[in-house]
Amino acid sequence: MNNANPSTSAEPMIVFRHVEKWYGSFKALTDINLEVRTGEKIVLCGPSGSGKSTLIRCINHLEPYQKGELLVEGLKVGEDPKIIDAVRREVGMVFQQFNLFPHMTVLENCILAPMRTRKTPREAAVATARRLLDRVKILDQADKYPAQLSGGQQQRVAIARALCMEPKAMLFDEPTSALDPEMVKEVLDTMISLAEEGMTMICVTHEMGFARQVADRVIFMAKGEIIEEAPPEQFFRNPQHKRTQQFLGEILSRH
Amino acid sequence: MNYQLDFTPVIDGFPDLLWGCLGTLGLALGGMVIAIIIGIGGVILRDSPIKPIRWLVMAFVELIRNTPFLVQIYFIFFALPLAGIFINPTVTAIIALGINGGAYAIEIIRGGVQSIHKGQIEAGKALGLHKGDIFRLIVLKPALRAIYPSLTSQFILLTLTTSIASAVSAYELTSVAQRIESDSFRSFEVYGTVTVLYFLMAWIMMQVFNLISNRYFSYPVK
Repeated sequence: MNNANPSTSAEPMIVFRHVEKWYGSFKALTDINLEVRTGEKIVLCGPSGSGKSTLIRCINHLEPYQKGELLVEGLKVGEDPKIIDAVRREVGMVFQQFNLFPHMTVLENCILAPMRTRKTPREAAVATARRLLDRVKILDQADKYPAQLSGGQQQRVAIARALCMEPKAMLFDEPTSALDPEMVKEVLDTMISLAEEGMTMICVTHEMGFARQVADRVIFMAKGEIIEEAPPEQFFRNPQHKRTQQFLGEILSRH
Repeated sequence: MNYQLDFTPVIDGFPDLLWGCLGTLGLALGGMVIAIIIGIGGVILRDSPIKPIRWLVMAFVELIRNTPFLVQIYFIFFALPLAGIFINPTVTAIIALGINGGAYAIEIIRGGVQSIHKGQIEAGKALGLHKGDIFRLIVLKPALRAIYPSLTSQFILLTLTTSIASAVSAYELTSVAQRIESDSFRSFEVYGTVTVLYFLMAWIMMQVFNLISNRYFSYPVK
């Protein structure tokens, strides 16, 4: 994947302008400026506590920010609940801990939001859900409960659940960090196929193989700031900042 | 000890005692329904963004949990007519039981709601669901499952507490027993029988609660 990808357009879908966030007196995000174009795949990495999860959680307003502005498709994500609703319908999210609803079957997990928020009729929601569960190769588990599935299967269901809203962009918040090593690949493969279909994606992950393979840009954060931003070849071969070099040294020596 | 057991009054009065059981179950069921409504409603209001509403719920819970039920039922029975509200003893008892059980239910259900991982709520938000839908569709069932044993034992307690409603002459088992006892002076036989009847009702109720649990809360968890 690179900028030659025909699904990548020049129009920015998500725009951060001087976004700042505090938790009380702790500054979690400092002067974040970022543009994500439709179809782009961004990988966010950095040490824990660097603000990368906080950054993507601002996009669908799971975290409010205090300064600057954040636009999704031209709409300012802020205090207006209508805009927050609209953004959440258009932007899917996948969490580290899967967060499937334990009291619903896989299929019920998938049809809940389309039926409640998009008012999709049940039959249509079920048809979409089955198609997307098939796409993440888990249709045969549709009537099981989350606790009956492995972590990797649960995370693929979570991806399908988000896709059932037919989002224009997907946010991944460390989607493989809670998985046993042998299950990481099935989730990454699902994400790669999603990327190949042209989905706009922002992924917080330390899976550098994934970053190399699908990212248009890799962004490195530390202490709430964007330190460095580059296409993957350049990012890995020739990191500019000392902090990035140090981080890459640590993370790549582990793999 | 040459007390002669004589169950004749109990046997003669047995149909009345069974009707009394039905009265008791009616009071208990009515009380539980009100308690569940107050419990869930109270939990929602307890986290209201409006401070006075939160305080009101907290004050209600504290007031009810720190005063005797007998006093509460007398208060409702004798105070309401002063305010021009006249209701019959059985309805009074149901309301009193519902209010009392509701205060305990608020605290119990709240515990269940707090046990739900915040990731569940975030997943609901990220899917574009509204607060009410998140509570009703995502939080409530797992929360009730988590506290089901405490809630049902509270409801068994509520069922046994119906006997206090005899104090305002509501129609239930204890008041029927009191009448048979005062006509026959066969205290041991009457209250011995009533003890067994209460035990059976509580036991049957527990079985019903278990059936409900198997039906609604049987989804697997890790």
